[in-house]
Amino acid sequence: MASESLTTTGYIKHHLTHLTFGPHPDGGWGFAHSADEAREMGFWAIHVDTMLWSIILGVLFLWLFRKAAKRATSGTPGGLLNFIEWTVGFIDDNVRGSFSGENKLIAPLALTLFVWILLLNTMDLVPVDWLPYLTQLFGDYVLGVDPHHVYMKVVPTTDPNATFGMSIGVFLLTLYYSLKIKGPIGFASELTMQPFQANNILLKIFFIPINFFLEFIGLVSKPLSLSLRLFGNIFAGEMIFILIALLYSGGVFWALLGGFLQWGWAVFHILIVLLQAFIFMVLTVVYLDMAHQEH
Amino acid sequence: MNINITLIGQTIAFAVFVWFCMKYIWPPIMNALEARKKEIADGLAAAEKGRKAEDLGKEKAIGIVKDAKSQAQEILGNAEKRRNEIIEEAKTDAKTEGERLLASAQAEIEQEINRAREELRGQVATLVVSGAARILDREVDDKAHGKLIDDLVAQL
Repeated sequence: MASESLTTTGYIKHHLTHLTFGPHPDGGWGFAHSADEAREMGFWAIHVDTMLWSIILGVLFLWLFRKAAKRATSGTPGGLLNFIEWTVGFIDDNVRGSFSGENKLIAPLALTLFVWILLLNTMDLVPVDWLPYLTQLFGDYVLGVDPHHVYMKVVPTTDPNATFGMSIGVFLLTLYYSLKIKGPIGFASELTMQPFQANNILLKIFFIPINFFLEFIGLVSKPLSLSLRLFGNIFAGEMIFILIALLYSGGVFWALLGGFLQWGWAVFHILIVLLQAFIFMVLTVVYLDMAHQEH
Repeated sequence: MNINITLIGQTIAFAVFVWFCMKYIWPPIMNALEARKKEIADGLAAAEKGRKAEDLGKEKAIGIVKDAKSQAQEILGNAEKRRNEIIEEAKTDAKTEGERLLASAQAEIEQEINRAREELRGQVATLVVSGAARILDREVDDKAHGKLIDDLVAQL
């Protein structure tokens, strides 16, 4: 437990608040001291913890795979290289299976998404109090700030900014390739000429707004569902870890139960961690494949 | 759960990671995998070729052994024939040699007999002469009676 003086609500709230850096209402820039302050900072605030962890893990991924790529030869692979090659082969198989076009970007994109999201999600398996508590100690003894005001949310995929950031990237790529492959007219007709089709010109014009409404919802729901699925699953998992962690303050019996539950949920959560990364990757490939298809 | 500038930061980070992966990670690994695939395929093809060559060699070897066997058989047959010939030759040689030896022996015997006869004849002549001398009690003059004695010897 971070501190004895925290209430249950305060504990949960503390865990759900990002380390936010942004403009204070009085004009100065600095870290938010509470969830309310963070909210008041508005759009120009940045979640330092999300950025920090996602970049650390992203760089870890790139460093690891770059190391393997440098050593990759046609000879017998060993240890790390074998594992990396297996991962790359797995992604390559998946991309070949669901992507029919020719695009050199798709497979590396899928690999990056899969491994990065997997690493981000895996932060969920680190016991919920460890890193925030370490940060509080650091803030308290090194920086000399009130530990209650030091926040650290270590799982970037529980931050909708991170999941939306990725899905917006994917969405922009979808739009780009739709326009590039189908052409502006082809893309526009895809958005307006289906699902309702007619031979009569008047009927066609009549159907345009209806079709556009339906297709536009379809188009926008793709990145939305992509990011919200990942966010929702990992956030829910994180939330359950936090609730289980609350049991540790309830005496020996509850602490033991909590330990057991945490272990059980972590085991189950491994599945979710892996599955959500895989789903995000596969759906990205599928959406981009749809963008590449000409009618 | 505020949407803020983090969103853009994350999008940029994501784009940079994907770019790096596409540029520096995916191609070398994929190339290595492709090269290995090709090497394995080549190796398998070479093995297949080797197996075929081996089969061919085996067949050839069997043919060679067969040829050698028949040749050996032939040589054996020839040798057998030659042996018989040599034996026959030796036999005839031995026979003629034997015959020749026999003939020469016989000739020698004949000669021996003749010589013995001559000797005997001579001795008999001397004996006769000495006998006659004794009987006549006088010397038979070789020179005077030589012709007589020679005639006598010739008659023996």
